[in-house]
Amino acid sequence: MNLIKKTFWDATGSKVQSGCIIAAALALAFVPKVSSDVYTPLFLSWIMAYCIMSLSWSFFSGKAGYVSLATASFYGVGMYLQAILGRELPLWTNMILAAAFAFCVGIVIGIVTLRLRGIYFTIFTFGLTLFLNKFFHWYEGTVTRTKGRMVKPYDNITVFYSLLVLFAITVIAMLLLNKSKFGLSLKCIGQNEDSAQHLGVSTTKSKVLAFALSAAPVGAVGAIMCTKAGYIDPDTAFGLNYSFFPVLMAIFGGMASTYGPIVGSVIFFVLQDYLLRKPDEIMIFGRQIVVGDMIIFGAVMVIVILAMPKGLFGTIETLIAKRRKRAQEVPEDA
Amino acid sequence: MNTFLLILINGCIQGSAYALMAMGMSTQYGVVRILNISHGEFIVIAAVTTYMLQSRTGLHPLAALAIACPIVFIISYLLHITIYRRAGRMSPNMGVFEGNAILISFGIYLIVQSLIQTNIGSAPMRYPFMMTSVNIGGVGFAAAGLFVMLIAIIICVIYTFFLSSTRLGKSIRAAAQDSQAASLHGVKINRIMALCFAIGGVLAACAGVLMSMKDQFSSTSGLGYTTIAIIIVVLGGLGSVKGAILGGFILGVVGYAVSHFIDSVFMISAFYLIILLLLIIRPKGLLGR
Repeated sequence: MNLIKKTFWDATGSKVQSGCIIAAALALAFVPKVSSDVYTPLFLSWIMAYCIMSLSWSFFSGKAGYVSLATASFYGVGMYLQAILGRELPLWTNMILAAAFAFCVGIVIGIVTLRLRGIYFTIFTFGLTLFLNKFFHWYEGTVTRTKGRMVKPYDNITVFYSLLVLFAITVIAMLLLNKSKFGLSLKCIGQNEDSAQHLGVSTTKSKVLAFALSAAPVGAVGAIMCTKAGYIDPDTAFGLNYSFFPVLMAIFGGMASTYGPIVGSVIFFVLQDYLLRKPDEIMIFGRQIVVGDMIIFGAVMVIVILAMPKGLFGTIETLIAKRRKRAQEVPEDA
Repeated sequence: MNTFLLILINGCIQGSAYALMAMGMSTQYGVVRILNISHGEFIVIAAVTTYMLQSRTGLHPLAALAIACPIVFIISYLLHITIYRRAGRMSPNMGVFEGNAILISFGIYLIVQSLIQTNIGSAPMRYPFMMTSVNIGGVGFAAAGLFVMLIAIIICVIYTFFLSSTRLGKSIRAAAQDSQAASLHGVKINRIMALCFAIGGVLAACAGVLMSMKDQFSSTSGLGYTTIAIIIVVLGGLGSVKGAILGGFILGVVGYAVSHFIDSVFMISAFYLIILLLLIIRPKGLLGR
């Protein structure tokens, strides 16, 4: 108990922060008890799922500066693991197994690709998702001769609490890792890889380990969210959106702080949910044109990257810094 | 021998279309540093335009080049001067810009893709064109495919000639090598960048028109084209146009051989394996510098 307390203390740093985290976790934990709506826990589960994915993305890519588009691969791997083992094993073992499996996949991919720099890594991870998609299509077409798989369903409450536990573990682990020597060496790689090497950071090892660590929670999320899908096939499991949305959410929130990706995910998921349910036809030049939610989503994506390169947190920070500077300057003039 | 001929010529037919797709992407990446994920959508736009023209007015599909190319040129040019140029100005260094450009192009992919899909539908499209077959060495080949290969090779030759011998082509190559030095020597770098992005789009449009003559396509096939183009560009060497042409033909032949001997589902997997090996052995690609 003491050890847990100490780790938690180390991770959060200040009393206000740790208080806020505990309060938020408790409030979240009581939501299913209070709310009578069946949809609320599921809605919150999806938000947490995206939070975990964008957090783990920003842990590796945000720091080390390698844009990874492999999130969907790990998510899909976790999904398929749950779909295959779901009938034999309970959910929590599958979560651990999926995390371990995604970790191993991350190690292998990391060893192969992380010697490459910059754009090659992005291309490779982008292709990986498509490759796994095609591979599973082939596997289902010729080996098992099925189209997709049925998944054993779990109720919303179980899914909600599993994700809450995973979310808490991920946040604390990220906070701890950010302050550790390992996190610092990753940041160093992101700023200048050559100088990092000269300073004695073993760059390839750190990169591979960080990449694999960022893969593990995503695999577990895949295993959990799979149970809500009911039926999965390669296209739902390895959808490209799962690669790009976490990236967008992390960038939108801002990667300088651990809380940035969380804020970004919440805002973006609510937006996406709203767009999915709104009427989607507008009139242009007297002709009816169907505007799917993806059109607005794409536009938002472009605008966010153009208008807020530092993310919400970064923009707010610069604003505050400017205001402070102005406040300091005023007395000098007077 | 017959099988060999079959695979070689059919592979080259496929490869010539691939080469066109990849040339556009290679130009866009090599000069402007944008790995354009919406590239395949412009191929689809051109293909759909051709389909509409052909089925409504009965024009020869090649005539669609005169309509699709300007449309895509203008869209791409506007995209660059409004969006990508701004992103470039904001990014502190090239690495950040490349990352942002990929994300922006994915956003544009989402927009264009769902615009096409929601307004046209995702039914497969195909129109009849040159339905005869030509006998070469005892094997029959689709006349449409050979026609497509001929036109594609002509376009490749014209484009490489344009790059190597005209003044504009030389300034494009200068900008690709070192944009700062080029701008110091009087190359109007912003104009060249936008122009290159638009030329990449035009090549995509050419590929789309030609692809529609010989293959079935639908509004969702854009991402598949993008993937193949990316693989070829990596195979040939990022930014190398000649590498893109070579890579296109190699992948065409390999892809046809794989689908002939094993299964066409394996095609992308085989491409991916090639890339995997290449990235380990020679990361800069076949003709990369």
